[in-house]
Amino acid sequence: MSEKRKESGLGKDLVGLENVSGETIQAILDTAEPFKEISERAIKKVPVLRGKTIVNLFFEPSTRTRISFEFAEKRLGADTVNVAASGSSVVKGETLVDTARNLEAMRIDMVVIRHGSSGAAQFLADRIPSNVINGGDGQHEHPTQALLDMLTLRDSFGRIEGLKVCIVGDIVHSRVARSNIYGLQKSGAEVAVCGPRSLIPTRIEEMGVQVFTHIEDAIQWADSLNVLRLQLERMNAGFIPSLREYNRVYGVTQERLDKAPREIVVLHPGPMNRGVEIDSTVADGPQSVILSQVTNGVAVRMAVLYLLAGGAPERAEEAKKGEE
Amino acid sequence: MSRPLYIEGGRVVDPSQDIDDLAAVLVVDGRIEAVGADISKPDDAETLDATGLTISPGLIDVHVHLREPGGEHKEDIATGSKAAIAGGFTTIWAMPNTDPPIDDPAAVGYVRAAGRAVRASRVMPIGAASIGQQGEKMTEIGELVHAGAVAVSDDGHPVRNSGLMRRLLEYTQTFDIPVLQHAEDPGLTHGGVMNEGRVATELGLRGIPNAAEAAMVARDVLLSELTGGHLHVCHVSARQSVDHLRWAKDRGLAVTSEVTPHHLILTEELVRGYNTQAKVNPPLRLEEDVVAVREALVEGVIDVIATDHAPHHYDEKEREFDDAPFGINGLETAFGLCMQALVDPGYMTLSGLIDRMSCGPARIMGLPTGSLRRGAPADIVLYAPEEKWIVDPARFHSRSRNTPLAGRELTGRIQTTIVGGEIRFVAEGDA
Amino acid sequence: MTPDDTQQVLDARGVDDALVTLATEIADGGAEGLLLVGIRRRGVQLAARLAEILERTHGIETPTGSLDITLYRDDLHQIGPMPVIGMTEIPTEITGARVVIVDDVLFTGRTIRAALQELADFGRPRKIELCVLVDRGGRELPIQADYVGIKIEAGERDLVEVRVPELDGDSSVTLVSATEAK
Repeated sequence: MSEKRKESGLGKDLVGLENVSGETIQAILDTAEPFKEISERAIKKVPVLRGKTIVNLFFEPSTRTRISFEFAEKRLGADTVNVAASGSSVVKGETLVDTARNLEAMRIDMVVIRHGSSGAAQFLADRIPSNVINGGDGQHEHPTQALLDMLTLRDSFGRIEGLKVCIVGDIVHSRVARSNIYGLQKSGAEVAVCGPRSLIPTRIEEMGVQVFTHIEDAIQWADSLNVLRLQLERMNAGFIPSLREYNRVYGVTQERLDKAPREIVVLHPGPMNRGVEIDSTVADGPQSVILSQVTNGVAVRMAVLYLLAGGAPERAEEAKKGEE
Repeated sequence: MSRPLYIEGGRVVDPSQDIDDLAAVLVVDGRIEAVGADISKPDDAETLDATGLTISPGLIDVHVHLREPGGEHKEDIATGSKAAIAGGFTTIWAMPNTDPPIDDPAAVGYVRAAGRAVRASRVMPIGAASIGQQGEKMTEIGELVHAGAVAVSDDGHPVRNSGLMRRLLEYTQTFDIPVLQHAEDPGLTHGGVMNEGRVATELGLRGIPNAAEAAMVARDVLLSELTGGHLHVCHVSARQSVDHLRWAKDRGLAVTSEVTPHHLILTEELVRGYNTQAKVNPPLRLEEDVVAVREALVEGVIDVIATDHAPHHYDEKEREFDDAPFGINGLETAFGLCMQALVDPGYMTLSGLIDRMSCGPARIMGLPTGSLRRGAPADIVLYAPEEKWIVDPARFHSRSRNTPLAGRELTGRIQTTIVGGEIRFVAEGDA
Repeated sequence: MTPDDTQQVLDARGVDDALVTLATEIADGGAEGLLLVGIRRRGVQLAARLAEILERTHGIETPTGSLDITLYRDDLHQIGPMPVIGMTEIPTEITGARVVIVDDVLFTGRTIRAALQELADFGRPRKIELCVLVDRGGRELPIQADYVGIKIEAGERDLVEVRVPELDGDSSVTLVSATEAK
């Protein structure tokens, strides 16, 4: 019996989409499709990762991402342990390198890491043999969020190629923005960002991204808006004067969307600040696919876990030889 | 008194006297007695065979961090000054940002005495410009100078307060010492860990813009103009800073500056992969900045090269990029990296480089060394300018190994270092 | 591969006849709660043809579903890159149903074990039966088919190739002997 088998194109880890090919992104999204169905079953569990141990290592609080990963892991039959390490390693008193060594000593199979410092996922991946999945590192990347955003876009439009997607809001501090830029561009979409210049990183144009400083212009241009959460801290740090003013200048409102030349699909990675970056009428309206994103999040994470679990290249070589 | 030292068979490169020729050097009583092709060797002299080597005045580094007191796990005065002679440096100036900072005469005296006791490189203390380097109240600068301080600086931090900077540039004139300024506007660097630009944007790291440095340089040259005080700008990294320095030179202001070896050749690209060994402040910048500071050094707008030798324990660099300390261990790679950055590609002659690493620092800081003229202290370095070698941090004499150059091939190897006529360093594996 | 080493077991006509017989046997068990579930990939096409025959010849309308057993395989950890997963579609409630699993070839029994495990995650059928076009022997588990189109003796390393029109353009069953099989 011959069997179709696809190289996932992933290495040991998923640290970011920067170094993942468009083909691989496609493979992950395709793999997510059958996983959607598992979450609809009476018994929402398959034994594919039975006996695998996964540690969810969260140095930053994140209810949403952690729960989504945990569901994904459990529905694949893995044993999971959640480690919530509050604050940075400095506060905790143990260095990340020691944490890594401890994990290695416990012979775990996979680690999902969320950390406040950019590069922390790479740091861990370079030091342990387990598969490492980046659940968000500082302001760097959050690859599974971008993948679920892309899966949701593909559900809505039937394609990603050729779409015009504008990421709106605090781009400077957003790992979601960076992963989306890489992922969407590799999948043939055009990407823009929109926000006040104080929240847009230097030289982002060099990443092939168009910059809008007026939300109205972005709405004229885009097929879809991915509206980022505006964190209160940004106001206190002086990036913007007030949330009220931010809403007046950049808030995604129904009135603004109604002026668009086409039906715009609205995404939001959550959690939302209703009345700040997005109005409730939009969030709860027909153009919003925000809840589909949450559903797709579990499927995408299942796909990533599944592919990484079998992605060891040396095993792939053996498997090929065995088939001949 | 020790026996005279007769160094023969080498090529003497001494830009202070415009010498670049095969010649012998005679040292008597710790001072240069004669340099020339036809000087004779005294009967009682010890001979040093320099065949195939180049002989120059010992290198001078006006910016190193020796970490003692308080940071002895990274470096101390002994290991730091030994690293210095291994790198060809016969004089190093030690920055005062230790724990506690060198802000009183006793501390200055301690660094001096400890440096002398090691009998490696000459160690000259820099006093803190403000008490506790807090940037508020001026230290007793006269007392510090009396105890042996050669300059004042709050390095590690900038002197942020314009009023204090003005008073420093005024008050130091009594003692004829420079104010060494780490030029950085903290309001623009807050939380920054690397150059602000495309790489920072891609890596999601907070950036330090060129303007953070250039704005401070602009302010400080204006204060030097206002006061007439000697401003020395540390580790220039931004092309815009060069414009302000050129403006100051054109007006004949008492402004000097330095650039590090790493800013003369390395760029922000080295940070990719969250390489904490390339985390340094000011940060590695763009190619256009490298070109600008290099051209400024060639032109003389930037006067000298200084390493900003900043040793750190490996544990401290082995962590998240945000949490790793700034700094590159520079003394033992400086000469080779500068040869590669400047002389190999033909931007500078060897003589030009020796000027920027030896005669220049002596000239701008008023030191008696940095020359092989008769009567000068016999601080001499012998080296093989074309020899290639691979950087192996495990072989550093420094207590720390933090360098982004591990495994890199450099040009120009230090062979022997002589301080005050005494041979204090001979490269391993050679007789 | 030469014709001498390749032995056609059933031609298109033979396959059709076998399916008609199988449909009749399934129909003998009645129509109540009947659900055909094909195992990806070729079991799905065979299930569809059985359903067609059941409706045409026996007047039994039966829903069909499909099962991808990849995630239930017991050898996933031994293979390298993960296989592509097909969709699993079970159109009706299976609790209380009489489920007939349809597959092309019954060999070690491991695929059927995985299918049984997967079906259990959808509910609790009244009865589960197994229908295969070819039983080639060589079982590694205590699993037997209720309905068998043709039984052949194939060596452990021989290859039994089932072709279906939807995927392969024609319909046949072929035995390729091990010496020549790659």
